[in-house]
Amino acid sequence: MPSITEAVPLPWVLTLAGALFCVGLFGALSRRNTVGILLGIELMLNAVNINLVAFWRYLEPNVVAGQTFALFVITVAAAEAAVGLAMIIAIYRARQTVNADEVDSLRG
Amino acid sequence: MTEIIIPPIDWRVAAQLSIIFGWASVLLVIALFVPRSRTRIIGYLAIVGVIVAAVAGIPLWGVNAETFSGMLRLDAYSLTLNWLFLASTAITIALSLDYLPRQGIERSEYYVLVLFATGGMMLLAQGADLIILFLGLELLSIVLYVLTGFAYPRIASEEAGMKYLLIGAFAGGFVVFGIALLYGATGSMNLRAIGETLARQALTPEERTYLLAGAALVVVGFGYKVAMAPFHMWAPDVYEGAPTPVTGLLSVGSKAAGFASLLRFLVEALAGEWQIWAPVLAALAIATLAVGNIGALTQQNVKRMLAYSSIGHAGYILFGVIAAGATDGVAGQRGVESVLLYLIAYTFTNLGAFGVLIALEQRGEAAWDMGDLAGLWNRRPWLAIAMAVCMLSLAGIPPTGGFWGKLYVFTAAWLAGMGWITVIGVIIAAVAAFYYLRIVAQMFMAEPAREAPLPMDRALRVGLTLATLGVLILGFIPTPAIDLVQRVVLGVRG
Repeated sequence: MPSITEAVPLPWVLTLAGALFCVGLFGALSRRNTVGILLGIELMLNAVNINLVAFWRYLEPNVVAGQTFALFVITVAAAEAAVGLAMIIAIYRARQTVNADEVDSLRG
Repeated sequence: MTEIIIPPIDWRVAAQLSIIFGWASVLLVIALFVPRSRTRIIGYLAIVGVIVAAVAGIPLWGVNAETFSGMLRLDAYSLTLNWLFLASTAITIALSLDYLPRQGIERSEYYVLVLFATGGMMLLAQGADLIILFLGLELLSIVLYVLTGFAYPRIASEEAGMKYLLIGAFAGGFVVFGIALLYGATGSMNLRAIGETLARQALTPEERTYLLAGAALVVVGFGYKVAMAPFHMWAPDVYEGAPTPVTGLLSVGSKAAGFASLLRFLVEALAGEWQIWAPVLAALAIATLAVGNIGALTQQNVKRMLAYSSIGHAGYILFGVIAAGATDGVAGQRGVESVLLYLIAYTFTNLGAFGVLIALEQRGEAAWDMGDLAGLWNRRPWLAIAMAVCMLSLAGIPPTGGFWGKLYVFTAAWLAGMGWITVIGVIIAAVAAFYYLRIVAQMFMAEPAREAPLPMDRALRVGLTLATLGVLILGFIPTPAIDLVQRVVLGVRG
């Protein structure tokens, strides 16, 4: 029974993370709905977590820096989502919309 | 089961940070017992905390130590920046004390959030590890999103907060992805360790690709935070929509902190790749100067004009950052000095300029149009003088602090061998003087178009005086500040 690091080479995992990051990037750039944009950004951050944990497991399994950092990223993502959703609600109350295009009072 | 051993902690390194974070948490509790009509007390208490933290830094001068497994470092560089952040926080709070009740948005959380933002900036200046840089960046950013949207239910403020959050979170994603790649390439998150790995040239071609891609993503992410072109498009909207004291903090604090950590990252971790990143950053610096200054030329809205002008100033600071990484030791040292000197001058100047806008702003009425400044000399001579000093400093005209900042930045860039880029920078700086002088002309030459504003509050007057005096003192007696920054040694030379 080969261990997981022998069965799945590192580049495969990195490709998965890179693909996930690009899906998130595309979502964040193409969505007009602010909730959708936030979801795209969350996907980008989760791709980072896969990367971090993969590098830790394959390259430096004795140093916990990669794992620790993934925990930090998860925490920060949660805080960011909380503030983001609060702001979306505040705008929805004033404008009855969550569409990024329709919130455009600042320009010039 | 292995025992967990906690390494000894050097509290000197974390002293200022602990004071700020601890005091902010205490104030959050105290605020529960303060009646709403007395919220101002929390503001005064916050200023006391800031002063205590600044004084606590005095005996730490000369300390060069790190703690928390090398994650947090205290050296002359971070201590100088900490003092700068504390000064800008104190001035921002003084400017807010009167502004918030006038706009009907006074809540005690405001002052606590400003303290947390200061803590985030200090983490960025002291961070010697990519984890701390990320943490500081996000702490500062998340607090600033909330502060930007603080003027609820004013829709412009909410909209600005939303835009800032979406773009900031997006940029944060780039930064962490870049950090993950750097970690994969070098196996470490410590800036010095990464620099040493690079110096040994032990990387395989594959690892080098990760390293360069990661570094590029981190620079893009920081580029958003400090508003350098082409990642600047959020800045004018956010600056206009945010409550004016927050705009001031945003324009000086987040820019100074972003550049502080970008400089440390590039000089300590990536000095070995200077040949690659210097030309890229030089192109970005020129683009930033062009975008910022051309944008500012056409603005009638002074708040937006200052936003574009602050984009332009990111370009000048980038000159210093590039020089700081130079392989030539003299140019490198001069680069670090020039960035610090520029940031000091820019901080006082921009806070002063926004302070004047705050003084002009009355409840429910925006006074950011060029016309609102017309004939200010006849209405409020001291305000006009303060604004004129700040405009001259932003334009880089002696005898103001901004002049010495520009002089140092251009000298550093010249020493680092960026001859023609320096020339372009000087030409753009000369052109940019036009729109700053236009405001001065408007104040002193045009006829007043508005009634005299309300009498000014004492705290606002103190804050504005401090900022303006800072600009003038830096201009007339620059030696102490230059002495201070000359003792700062960074990176491989340190």
